[in-house]
Amino acid sequence: MKNKILLISLILFICFCLVVLFKGLNNSNVYIPDTTNKIVKEFKSRSLFSDNEISSEKILVNSDYYILNIWASWCGPCRKEHPKLMELSKNSSVKLIGINYRDNFKNAKNFIKKFGNPYSFIFVDTNGIISIELGAYGVPETIIVNKDKKIIKKFVGSLDDKSLKEINSILK
Amino acid sequence: MKILKLLLIIIVFIANFAKVNSTENKDDLVNKISKNIRCLICQGQSIYDSQSDFSISMRLLIKKKIEEGLNEKEIYDFLKDKYGDWISYEPEFNKKTFILWILPILLFIIGGAILFNRLFVKKY
Amino acid sequence: MLANQIGYYSLILGLISSIIIIPISLKNYHQNNETIDRKIFSLSFFQFFFVLISFIGLVFSFINSDFGNETVYNNSHTTKPLFYKISGTWGNHEGSLLLWLLVLTFFIFLFLVKSKSQPKKYRILTLLFQQIIIIGFFIFVLKTSNPFNYLFPVPKEGLGLNPILQDPALAIHPPILYLGFVGSSIIFSSSLAAVVQQYISKSWAHHIKIWILISWFFLTIGILLGSIWAYYELGWGGFWFWDPVENVSLMPWLSLTALLHCILVLEKKTILTSWTIILSIATFILSVSGTFLVRSGILNSVHTFANDPERGLFILFFLFFLIFLSLLIFFMFHKNGNYEAVKINFLSKETSILINNWFMMYFLSVVLIGTLYPIFLEVLTNEKISVGPPFYHKLILPFLVPFLIFMTVVPYLKWIKSEFIKVRIEIILLFTLSFIVSFLLFKQFGFESLVVSILIPFTFYLFLITIKDLLSKNKKNFSQKISHFGFSFLVLSILLNSIFSSEIIINLKEGERFNFEGGAIIFNSLEENNGKNYKSIIGNFEISNDKNQSIKLMPELRIYNQPSIVTSEADIKTTLFYDKFLVMNSVKNNEYFNVRYQVKSFMIWIWISTLILAVGGLFSLTKRLYEK
Repeated sequence: MKNKILLISLILFICFCLVVLFKGLNNSNVYIPDTTNKIVKEFKSRSLFSDNEISSEKILVNSDYYILNIWASWCGPCRKEHPKLMELSKNSSVKLIGINYRDNFKNAKNFIKKFGNPYSFIFVDTNGIISIELGAYGVPETIIVNKDKKIIKKFVGSLDDKSLKEINSILK
Repeated sequence: MKILKLLLIIIVFIANFAKVNSTENKDDLVNKISKNIRCLICQGQSIYDSQSDFSISMRLLIKKKIEEGLNEKEIYDFLKDKYGDWISYEPEFNKKTFILWILPILLFIIGGAILFNRLFVKKY
Repeated sequence: MLANQIGYYSLILGLISSIIIIPISLKNYHQNNETIDRKIFSLSFFQFFFVLISFIGLVFSFINSDFGNETVYNNSHTTKPLFYKISGTWGNHEGSLLLWLLVLTFFIFLFLVKSKSQPKKYRILTLLFQQIIIIGFFIFVLKTSNPFNYLFPVPKEGLGLNPILQDPALAIHPPILYLGFVGSSIIFSSSLAAVVQQYISKSWAHHIKIWILISWFFLTIGILLGSIWAYYELGWGGFWFWDPVENVSLMPWLSLTALLHCILVLEKKTILTSWTIILSIATFILSVSGTFLVRSGILNSVHTFANDPERGLFILFFLFFLIFLSLLIFFMFHKNGNYEAVKINFLSKETSILINNWFMMYFLSVVLIGTLYPIFLEVLTNEKISVGPPFYHKLILPFLVPFLIFMTVVPYLKWIKSEFIKVRIEIILLFTLSFIVSFLLFKQFGFESLVVSILIPFTFYLFLITIKDLLSKNKKNFSQKISHFGFSFLVLSILLNSIFSSEIIINLKEGERFNFEGGAIIFNSLEENNGKNYKSIIGNFEISNDKNQSIKLMPELRIYNQPSIVTSEADIKTTLFYDKFLVMNSVKNNEYFNVRYQVKSFMIWIWISTLILAVGGLFSLTKRLYEK
């Protein structure tokens, strides 16, 4: 009798493990930390075009929405999403702010000169700390922030049509 | 005795090559913390091991936080708050993870009980 | 092309042989004689032979860079050196499964040939259970992981093998490791067969011990090679990261070590039968679970293979099929009966084995739970956590102390009653000596963690005891003494290594110098060179010390063409007392290089002591084979 109970509980336990592992197989391995509802804390840096250090508080003003876009001249997917950023910059209800990640001034300036500047301001993030503080971990990343500086949505990787649609519906 | 001689030899050798291992300076603390933080864009490396941009930036960020005066625990909390628990290699001890920590010890105790039963309990 | 076709059809022939062998074996099983039908031997040989031909076919496809073969295309390149073209055969998912089949079929053939003194029905049942595993793998390979898929049109060049895998230690690591944990399949099949036949006895234990030793020896060496590779190749100066793939090889090792100790008991007395069977089954189940965890993509790790859910699904169901099968056999056929009523004297060898198993199972459960818990948590609550080195250290190190103490006390358990006084003096003396040494070390050098500082005296003590045992006139159990000495030496080396190693991380430009307490790092110059399939940048460094002696270290950056990866090769100068380890990495957009200089104390002893540990087992093995 004792044996039977042991056997049944073992079988149940093993079936439970089987189900869990089966479900685990189907889980995606990509991990995106949850950053919604976090407040963008103040950061300071120089602009790409001038030496003076400016606080983010002075730039994140006078707009209902801000789009923080982390980019670099050496990043292929950033080049790919650039036209979408140019399109977004035409929208008057949003302020596009660029964060130049671990880049070299000359290359970054050339990139902007060659492909156009969708940003109303570009912060320089030479050592990558500003981006990390925003919860990003690579380029490109796009963060939608509302006027209370709360993060509404984060896009990892280059923007495509689908994400553009989503951004536009948020901005309405 | 042979063993005594051996012991003496061992002590002398160790005395020649030991270095103090402490986290007295900031860099050591950065390294210590980095070894326990996962590189989020790598496959199973810590930010101490990895040379990716993310890891390099993270190490700089940790150094900055140390210079701002945060202690080790505060830095871990800061990173976990930003990136989730997954970024730390040391799981917390909370409602969700206490089973993780307790279960092996529980099994050890149960094993001990089974052993005790087998060895000491008179079955006749 | 020809090699490819031969390889494929040979595999099919192998599958056919493996199926035919079943009805013939069943018929032989029911016959009233004690001899195994000659046809069975032949079929088992041909099964192995066909898999071997298939394997050789794949090797030739790699050597000839036949990129029509999809596996070769994905994993090789014309510029790869010949040695690595060959080892590329098993450095990928499909090829390594072929290696699984090779070892499975070889071992069962060897088993049949070498078990003439064993009862017929037991041998046939072992064969049948092993065939279940073999056929399962044949189907797995042919259906989801065919190494002989052909591509049209034939690509001109391959996608190349990861250059990090082009290393001699890593090249032989899989075959050796597989002999270990695939070898445990024989233990699995044979124990199930023995259960059905009520054959769990002293003679069964005596017979299966060789297989356990073989599997254990290769598994130990296999894990050692993996660690050596990680240390020399991965550039971090570490040798164990508690990465899931490493844990997955450690778990069968722990189970197998426990089993090895159990079988020593079962050889002499018919007790612990149920537990021995459980361990035999568990070891192979752990091996297959490991294969599942590593290849299915369910875990995030540095060295997972390419992930494919279909493959994961197949192994998952096959694994649970094996588990249910073992459970069924165990509960249906195992009769406890008279076995367990035998009283175990507390002061006996059996007790020490039980205590060893108790601790081994604890360590196993720590590794198992640490590896699996994140998966379970994520499925059940959608939360992701990481379980890394701090967890394993916190749960294992404190338990090492009592474990080491037991290891020192238990060899003397039997004698405690009679030679109590004499043994006591020696023990106390050595104990005191260890504490004095540790105290001197504390005083001079300071320690980072309390647990480690408690561990040191006990490790030292065990170390000395095992040396004393080794040098004693009593030559009984010599192989056990070697292995226990190796083990204590290993723990000691790891402890001393973790305490006394140091590192310096700085950014240096060519021509710069960095001074530290006791010496300086001088970045003399950079050199550029061309290797076989990479361009290399070599840094000429000099490390000088107080006494103005200096050594030259030349770390290298390799820029590979196919695939385009940059790897960093450390330069390591090894002496008996430390390794001097230098690695450099380029910093983006900068002329600076990030330089890591480490002094790793007693590194070589970690490898040597593991080797000694394994040699003890080898000694026992050769002794047994010689006796026969």
